[in-house]
Amino acid sequence: MSAPATAPVQEAPDERLAHRSRLRRLLGRPELGAVVGAVAVFVFFSTVADSFLQASSLSTVLYASSTIGIMAVPVALLMIGGEFDLSAGVMVTSAALVSSMFSYQMTANVWVGAGVSLLTMLAIGFFNGFVLTRTKLPSFIITLATFLMLTGLNLGFTKLISGTVSTKTIGDMEGFDSARAVFASHLTIGGVDLQVTILWWLGLVALATWVLLRTRVGNWIFAVGGNADAARAVGVPVKSTKIGLYMAVAFCAWVSGQHLLMSYDVVQSGEGVGNELLYIIAAVIGGCLMTGGYGSAIGSAVGAFIFGMTSKGIVYAQWDPDWFKFFLGAMLLLATLLNAWVRKRAEATK
Amino acid sequence: MARVRTGVRAVSAVLAAVLGATLAGCSATGGKRAEERAAKAAQGRAAVDTPRWTFAMVTHSGDGDTFWDIVQNGAKQAAVKDNIKFLYSHDVEGNKQAQNVQAMIDQKVDGLIVTLAKPDALKDVLAKAKKAGIPVITVNSGSEKSKEFGALTHIGQDEVIAGEAVGEQLNERGKKKAVCVLHEQGNVGHEQRCDGVKKAFKGDLQNLYVEGTNMPNVQSSIEAKLQSDKDIDAVVTLGAPFAPTAVKAAEQAGSKAEVDTFDLNAKVADALQSGKLGFAVDQDPYLQGYEAVDLLWLYRYNRDMLGGGRPVLTGPQIVTKDDAKTLAEYTKRGTR
Repeated sequence: MSAPATAPVQEAPDERLAHRSRLRRLLGRPELGAVVGAVAVFVFFSTVADSFLQASSLSTVLYASSTIGIMAVPVALLMIGGEFDLSAGVMVTSAALVSSMFSYQMTANVWVGAGVSLLTMLAIGFFNGFVLTRTKLPSFIITLATFLMLTGLNLGFTKLISGTVSTKTIGDMEGFDSARAVFASHLTIGGVDLQVTILWWLGLVALATWVLLRTRVGNWIFAVGGNADAARAVGVPVKSTKIGLYMAVAFCAWVSGQHLLMSYDVVQSGEGVGNELLYIIAAVIGGCLMTGGYGSAIGSAVGAFIFGMTSKGIVYAQWDPDWFKFFLGAMLLLATLLNAWVRKRAEATK
Repeated sequence: MARVRTGVRAVSAVLAAVLGATLAGCSATGGKRAEERAAKAAQGRAAVDTPRWTFAMVTHSGDGDTFWDIVQNGAKQAAVKDNIKFLYSHDVEGNKQAQNVQAMIDQKVDGLIVTLAKPDALKDVLAKAKKAGIPVITVNSGSEKSKEFGALTHIGQDEVIAGEAVGEQLNERGKKKAVCVLHEQGNVGHEQRCDGVKKAFKGDLQNLYVEGTNMPNVQSSIEAKLQSDKDIDAVVTLGAPFAPTAVKAAEQAGSKAEVDTFDLNAKVADALQSGKLGFAVDQDPYLQGYEAVDLLWLYRYNRDMLGGGRPVLTGPQIVTKDDAKTLAEYTKRGTR
């Protein structure tokens, strides 16, 4: 996909403007390979694991997928914009910690803590984007530094303020029930119990897809990831686009963090390390290129779903748990290979 | 560094700005003020006038581990009482833990407390400690290697015995099929616990690995396990933070399985009282820290050694609903 903002004025008819059939257009979508991979994984576990097809199992798989998927959406956008965020996993824990500790220490309504947490997270996202665009250092270095600093701050502040490494319970505080309803409630649809995170996930995917495909900001994101210099030359605000993307990651980290807090009501300060890789994996399985400029939000959702199905499917299949990580890795590799193969075929038929 | 400070300053500015809003949105229930009257951890002065020795503790703990926090609390309070300067460091990786021990030897500490979760990594460095004349006490894990590596004694729980206590308790409760939830793949102590349960438990026991650093993953994995096998009537978690999550998972999966756990914390004490948890096996981490420092002091002061150098067990202690009531106060202040 090329950057629309850079398209020069054409005299002869442009091949990019030529009419393509619906099927052709479908085949060109970045998430197509991931969808085929997801179907394959789904069929596979449906046959090897008896309990995989139960409605309740599916809701568990969707919950597991949604907790990764909520973060995979902004991480995918960021990757399309050509950057990484290694601090995304720990930022989720930070969001929960700030919210919990502020409410508790100030004896404030839980929503006040959530508000402070949102501002703090957006500030961290801004910090990431600002330092990145100012120093022009690779995002790998900047966000790795943020990752380490946040890991230390999470632990240091929690110990300093709470006296222990986990937060105090806020389950009996005012505003907790309404906050829990928003971030960690259950919905029963047709007898199936669904966690509200699934709605957050689908909502964020829809919003991100709309932004990417139907708005000017979406064009900017593709342009910035495709070729930042060319984008700047045609007037795309490269810096604000990147800072905005980091703040989007921070916002979703806030949503995930509030879910953690409202769901478990106590937060361990050492959590979240390593999750940033899961988000990136989900985005990559979903068709985002590691080099930027290509990908989709729906793809990240399919990637998160593949990951959720695989990690829970292994449990449903009751395989020997000693080999769990191996199975997980092998399934992911196969899903990604299938994904790449399908995409290549699709591109060949264009 | 300047940039770090700016970041912190920016964050604190934001915090200060919202402070005003807080006053308008106070919670009348819960929170810090409600608990401020609650028990304060014992604050004391040195009870002895022995020289100010320096003792160091080096563990295999990860960052932000509740359990090791309680061990430290015990050690620090004993240190205050015994007029000891207490140093602490930790690293999950064996070789880095060994480097930390070496660093303490270089500082010429007067006593060393180490864990032997990865005994081979620490063998050489403990020999150096012995050569330097530093008395060593091992705590928590590694009782079988403690003597061999020249430690004065070992203070801790035998993981297999603790597991067996759980297995017997499960038998008593008439359980038939249990799941052992391991939150760190490859941790020897965890494997030993589950092995111990398996040894004593008359029913069927299966292991389940979960990502301990990712709570939603822990929950959904246990959910999946319970959904895949409806006969499971007991879930055993190996760490206190995972027990409430397992309870949620059982509720979500519509399973009637009873959740039991190793180790204690405030939430576990609450859940025991309300009947959401069956029982907990406590190895009293506070005692492990406290006794280690105190014994080193006794050794330096009077050449005493408890148990004639044989391992001193701090657990397993089965905690049920009734005990939880009396322990709740102590779990809240982080000493049980």
